[in-house]
Amino acid sequence: MAIPVPLHLAIALDGAGWHPAAWRTAAVPAHAYFGLRYWADLAAEAEAARIDYVSFEDELAVQSPLPTGRDDRVDLFRGRFDAVQLAAGLTARTRHLGFVPVATTTHTEPFHASTAIATLDHVSTGRAGWQVRVSRNPSEARNVGRRTIPEIEPSGVASATKTRLRAELYREAEDFVEVSRRLWDSWEDDAVIRDLPTGRYLDRDRLHHVDFTGATFSVKGPSVVPRPPQGQPPVAVLAHEHNAFVLAARCADIAYVTPTDEHDAARLVEAIRAVEAEVGRREPGLKILADLVVFVGADAADRKARWDELAGAPMTSDAAVFVGSPVELAETVLRWQAGGIDGFRLRPGSHADDLIAVTRGLVPELQARGAFRTDYRSATLRARFGLTRPENRYAAA
Amino acid sequence: MSTVQKKPGDRQVILAAGFPHGSPWIIWSDPASGPQVDIASFQHAVRTAEDGKLDFFMLAEALRQREHKGKLFDLDITGRTHGLTLLNALAAVTEHIGLVATVSSTYNEPYELAKQLSTLDHLSDGRAGWNIVTTSDPASGVNFRRGGFLPHAERYRRAGEFLATARKLWDSWPIETVVGDGPAGRFVDDPEVGGYRQVGAQFDIAGRFCLPASPQRHPVLVQAGDSADGRQFAVDNVDIIFSMHAEPNAGRAFYADVKARARAAGRDPDSIKIMPGTQFVIGDSRPDAEERSRELAYRQITPQNAIARLEQVWGRDLSDHDADGPVPPVRDNRDVPHSGGYAPGGRPPSAQALAWYERAQAEKLTIRELIIAVTLRHTFLGTPGQIADQITDAVRTEAADGYVLAGLTQPTGLDEFVKSVVPELQDRGVFRTEYTGATFRENLGLPPVAGR
Repeated sequence: MAIPVPLHLAIALDGAGWHPAAWRTAAVPAHAYFGLRYWADLAAEAEAARIDYVSFEDELAVQSPLPTGRDDRVDLFRGRFDAVQLAAGLTARTRHLGFVPVATTTHTEPFHASTAIATLDHVSTGRAGWQVRVSRNPSEARNVGRRTIPEIEPSGVASATKTRLRAELYREAEDFVEVSRRLWDSWEDDAVIRDLPTGRYLDRDRLHHVDFTGATFSVKGPSVVPRPPQGQPPVAVLAHEHNAFVLAARCADIAYVTPTDEHDAARLVEAIRAVEAEVGRREPGLKILADLVVFVGADAADRKARWDELAGAPMTSDAAVFVGSPVELAETVLRWQAGGIDGFRLRPGSHADDLIAVTRGLVPELQARGAFRTDYRSATLRARFGLTRPENRYAAA
Repeated sequence: MSTVQKKPGDRQVILAAGFPHGSPWIIWSDPASGPQVDIASFQHAVRTAEDGKLDFFMLAEALRQREHKGKLFDLDITGRTHGLTLLNALAAVTEHIGLVATVSSTYNEPYELAKQLSTLDHLSDGRAGWNIVTTSDPASGVNFRRGGFLPHAERYRRAGEFLATARKLWDSWPIETVVGDGPAGRFVDDPEVGGYRQVGAQFDIAGRFCLPASPQRHPVLVQAGDSADGRQFAVDNVDIIFSMHAEPNAGRAFYADVKARARAAGRDPDSIKIMPGTQFVIGDSRPDAEERSRELAYRQITPQNAIARLEQVWGRDLSDHDADGPVPPVRDNRDVPHSGGYAPGGRPPSAQALAWYERAQAEKLTIRELIIAVTLRHTFLGTPGQIADQITDAVRTEAADGYVLAGLTQPTGLDEFVKSVVPELQDRGVFRTEYTGATFRENLGLPPVAGR
């Protein structure tokens, strides 16, 4: 009998859902989006369905359809918590669900980001991950004020400059992840000794300077946070372009891709495996999840049409948009999985309708086919992905 | 409500639980000291503080591991969390208590930090606090993009502009503009919400903030500076001063100075609260508590710890000295590299060394006795009733508005205080029996944040 291949399902939570007009028909008072309960209810819904983890978006700017942020729309959902902080707020309201918030690498301090993710792992006892994000947004650069990102609109920037800038930002992200992983390892697991005769709380030989020097920052270390329960929380990268494929292959555990259909999915898996070979990645290979916007249920097409009309235009997305029944979605999921996709990060069109249709429609359908777990069995997010706890690079051999 | 008659003149006491979580004061060798970064430890500490109706729970911050004589310091309890991330996790298991993170204005940027503090205030329903520190230790720079920078005066300039910028961000998006009118297609009623601009010597930023105003609008602001610059900064900017003057006479002098500065600045002196950080020892009687205090002091300051602390101030290796022997003379060690990371009082090491040495000579103290005398603060000693009287008197006589208490063990250090001293304070009518405010700021009796 064939061993069933584990399917991974994550849900990307953002605002009222991913359709820009989803908030307009939701029975949620707008102020509730800015309180713990709304998010805790969504997390509980995901956990009840045995979802692998939820993710949260983050930018150093308010949401805007324009990269400059200077739009004058009043009809769009606006306002977003710090993703790592929101995830931390939900850890006590859940027991098994993983949390993979975005933290941006372009304008932030690696020391702060790595200690925040390590802390998220401690407070969740091993359920934290981190989606690394590169910022190319001029509005974010203006909000932080540390460096200039040339405005793409309206004047336009020479494409060679853009290409070089992109490559630099991705290289910086790679340094950022590298230094974070070193900081997570900078305390050996048994560094605290509480040795009464010598009066030593720590064995200082089991703490390590990380001595990282890169093009845009250097960090000496060690961290101030003891090694996280998972050793190194899993790192995810949303990969649309070659730079991101390389970043993922070199330093991530999970890659999100945005295929247009099952053939594209298989092609992207192949492309990522090729980049893994190119950069000499060792086992285990990246877990590849397909991002998919989903409108699910008997009324899905009508709802989407109504929201498109309210928004004044059909929804556009970097990811493919699925519209259909839970059974059709289950079939799509399994078809893409057969092409080599390890799982999905579903972006519900709305939390009020489509998240529920995923947890109460899609998931039972997949479970009935024996294609998705019916209970949580692993204690940590890494273990859920079949990843072992990594050896500490600094521990004496 | 308490049924005990409140005596006129008995001022209400403010109390907080400090979680220094990396401090020579914590007896890590005690079996009651639990795992350092275990979430269960933190939950125990914060729930105990909330059971005791304390005003807030405060976390310290570290931006690097301390070093001593060029090596990582290994004698004190250490290993922390990212403060705001931990406090968001604790917000979900508490309902009333204020949650204060210590965060440096030197190694952060306003937009990101204002967003994180706003997130905590939203998720905790109005219980966020920020203990603003400026980082004086250039060695912390080795962990940051910015590197070691900013002379003393510049640090306060940056802190002042940082705070002004953060306030602009918090005020940029009034919560009333979030109308959520679906049929009309108005999520907000103003297309400009969140718009801000800051152009100053420290920051040149502009754009739109990413969160509407949180329940308190601004977190409760705490600051610990003791220098003239620091006191003035506090009077101009903050709600609470976390002071080092726990001893009542020193406390009264500090209190009078700060409240006078507040009056001179046209500020209601009652709107700035002075809270020294301190410890306490509970006993069956006053002599029993004094006896316990001596015992505990010797467990807090181990022989190794006493030598290390003296080395930090003396600025040279003293490892061949006996901690229970005489204090060696001070030399001019200014050419010897200072180990950094520990400078009580913030005075230059040589002046501090002279003062300590004089004291040791005058009182005939051993090294360990000296370190105990100059670093520990077992301010309140006695039975629960006696400690309640001492605190009540200190507050009545304007030595403080209240105290930030740190236990001798973590996370159980305040258990006994909450069980035995808090009820005594409540019986005296000087401490709340229930939280009555909707926010941290209201529970402190502070006015709402003034209009934009």
